[in-house]
Amino acid sequence: MAHAATHDHHDEHHGAPSNFFTRWFMSTNHKDIGTLYLVFSLLMFFIGGSFAMVIRAELFKPGMQLVQPYFFNEMTTMHALVMIFGAIMPAFVGLGNWMIPLMVGAPDMALPRMNNLSFWILPFAFALMLSTLFMQGGGPAGGWTMYPPLSLQSDSVAYVVFAIHLMGISSIMGAINIIATILNMRAPGMDLLKMPVFVWSWLITAFLLIAVMPVLAGAVTMLLTDKYFGTSFFNAAGGGDPVLYQHVFWFFGHPEVYIMILPAFGIISEIVPTFSRKPIFGYKAMVFAIAAIAFLSFIVWAHHMFAVGLPLGAEIFFMYATMLISVPTGIKVFNWVSTMWGGSLTFETPMLFAIAFIILFTIGGFSGLMLALVPADFQYHDTYFVVAHFHYVLVTGAAFAIMAATYYWLPKWTGHMYSEFWGKVHFWCSVVFVNVLFFPQHFLGLAGMPRRIPDYNVAFADFNMISSIGGFLFGASQLIFLGVIVHCAFFSRKKAADRVWEGARGLEWTVPSPAPHHTFALPPVIHDDELAHGHVDD
Amino acid sequence: MTSGGIRIKAWAAAAAFALFSGAAWANPQPGQLNMTRGVSEWSPEAYFLNNVALGVCTVIGVLVFGAMFVAMFRFRKSRGAVAEKWSHNTMLEVVWTTIPVIILIVLAWMSTGGLVSFADTTGSQMTVKVTGYQWKWRYDYVDYQGKAIDGVGFMSKLDDQSNETRQLDSGLDPKSVKVGDENTYLLNVDKPLVLPVDTKVRFVITAGDVIHSWWVPALGWKIDAIPGIVNAAWTNIKVPGTYRGQCAELCGQDHGFMPIVVKAVSKAEFAQWLAQQEAAGKAPPATPATPAVPAPASTAAAPASASTTAAPAAKTPGKQG
Repeated sequence: MAHAATHDHHDEHHGAPSNFFTRWFMSTNHKDIGTLYLVFSLLMFFIGGSFAMVIRAELFKPGMQLVQPYFFNEMTTMHALVMIFGAIMPAFVGLGNWMIPLMVGAPDMALPRMNNLSFWILPFAFALMLSTLFMQGGGPAGGWTMYPPLSLQSDSVAYVVFAIHLMGISSIMGAINIIATILNMRAPGMDLLKMPVFVWSWLITAFLLIAVMPVLAGAVTMLLTDKYFGTSFFNAAGGGDPVLYQHVFWFFGHPEVYIMILPAFGIISEIVPTFSRKPIFGYKAMVFAIAAIAFLSFIVWAHHMFAVGLPLGAEIFFMYATMLISVPTGIKVFNWVSTMWGGSLTFETPMLFAIAFIILFTIGGFSGLMLALVPADFQYHDTYFVVAHFHYVLVTGAAFAIMAATYYWLPKWTGHMYSEFWGKVHFWCSVVFVNVLFFPQHFLGLAGMPRRIPDYNVAFADFNMISSIGGFLFGASQLIFLGVIVHCAFFSRKKAADRVWEGARGLEWTVPSPAPHHTFALPPVIHDDELAHGHVDD
Repeated sequence: MTSGGIRIKAWAAAAAFALFSGAAWANPQPGQLNMTRGVSEWSPEAYFLNNVALGVCTVIGVLVFGAMFVAMFRFRKSRGAVAEKWSHNTMLEVVWTTIPVIILIVLAWMSTGGLVSFADTTGSQMTVKVTGYQWKWRYDYVDYQGKAIDGVGFMSKLDDQSNETRQLDSGLDPKSVKVGDENTYLLNVDKPLVLPVDTKVRFVITAGDVIHSWWVPALGWKIDAIPGIVNAAWTNIKVPGTYRGQCAELCGQDHGFMPIVVKAVSKAEFAQWLAQQEAAGKAPPATPATPAVPAPASTAAAPASASTTAAPAAKTPGKQG
């Protein structure tokens, strides 16, 4: 063992281990683990996307052509679970892993071995969950929200519950790691209110994760005992209450929604100032707005349940609280626009995605405000209007921010520039087709098409066909994304500068490109001029 | 490819019509762009709130996105724009925090009114019990104009023509499922719920197995049908007609195939229909239309919030699919 210890020590000074297995499976390096997270989330993005293709293909025209209704329900359920827990969340954790230590001047994450464990749980969790699709009883088909009693009719309850437990453990460990890193490992001079907004957004997100993942674990454990151990938490005949599950689930579920968007706010707050060559407008307001949104996320859960028959007082409370969220969210949007105003703008691919994010996420926010108005929600609830709303927030919101971040930091990760031409092709294809895909779904919902149905009346045919065409093309466009990444990582000859973007500020741009295996072994001397928010006095 | 694609002209005309007079439609129309105004006393509440909120969002969107596009053209580096240094403006920040708050207060005030009137199920002249099952609805007529109704109740499920057409690879064309000129594919049932117009009808809604949701867009609302819980809601239909809706809560493999049809008729017609049904219900040896489901004891005012746990002994969850 003494030899091994010496060997490890040796590695620390010379970069990554040369043995493939040692490097990628036993890694404690935040950059390698970040890469693992990002590659994993890209894989899940394509798996979840292929489920969406099945859904859109079946909905291409009225009548059942391709799959049985039960399989259709498995697809909607799995699409959501894979995209939420497999694509969006791990992508943000991967970005946090890669960038937070670089941004705060730390040599690595605070708890490197736990970091390894929290990643390597994920492939097993998803293998467990996806394996149900190949089993006799089929996969979960009761929707990703798993409302009982329906979800208890499935034979895959135990698999899915255990998979969710594993994902929860992974998320909680990741969140603990991020909090410990940000609070303890900042370089001297990196005051809390000089941190990049991305780091702030992750700090707040991590607290949300620790608060709500155990709640989800509790809810699904009660499902498990209801199914296999004769309890009646959610069984009315045994004295339980099916609505209790929905309360507990959405107490997790609403903060979860913000877990998937707050880091995106952070990313956009990094990219817009860089390509505007102007400091972010209202730094403190941006940080406080994120904190306010995080707080409000705990007291709005029942707006997912306006149609379950809540008492009048509860409907009014949750309506008002939900409407309040639009104030801090509006502040963020106004501040991004003000950051651009009076700047010196260029439109590289990350900036294009960031601008599309601001516009399209805001459209998702508008429909969110409409959904908050309970009398109108009695019509919108559980229709395609809701599907359009949360896809605008999650695809053109969270996913676009992740793509923006990928283009923004890819040269720092690989040391090479990606192809700007193909990046722009990917952007324009994505931004056009995503609207062809999701905008008509607003009309379908308003006209009366419920969500999660495999077939529909002829009146809904035209918009569904348009939506499906947009879906196939949006899906195909993501192959360009894959191509650009592979090209940049393995084939690009164009070297990236240390400060990749002219207007970029922050510690991550002071290290070489590609970032060496170990950075900031000694704490950096921080010059406030190099920081994006070094001179914050407002 | 039997669907025939998009007939642009007819479609555009329908779309324009739907956009500007969508209120006229009660059931889903091809190319419909906005919510229906509905046909009940309450449904315009949802419709107008939807329109006001949409208008507010459009105005804000035009202003914000307009400012963004101006910035994108005026402050391009390629046009020689030099970045300014400011990153703060207290006056501006106070303004754009205050104005949204005022808009929200107005919207909240409007919504609260609609919500309070929705919650008031008092003064009803009729009660119907709705029970959701996998995958059909049961309607039991409890009372009408102060008199209890005995033995009028029936199951209502997807019509046979839609059901044959919707089977995987049935080879049948959904476009040919019609009643008159109206395409009723997946929106028709064997036995509709018949209701009188100009009558405040109270619904008590529950389910026998899993959670369903009872939704007819023309009536303006949906409410979940939950096993072990009785939800209350009301409607007062103003225009006679046939109004179609669907289950709106995922309830298993045939969730998409349990439509709802409400046939609203004049009071005289309804009285006649009810008398027929009562006679049929009593005629021996027909099996009683209503099994032993305990009807709610009284039509008297029960606030929507009172979710009592009348428990139709929820059957053990069976295997799905």
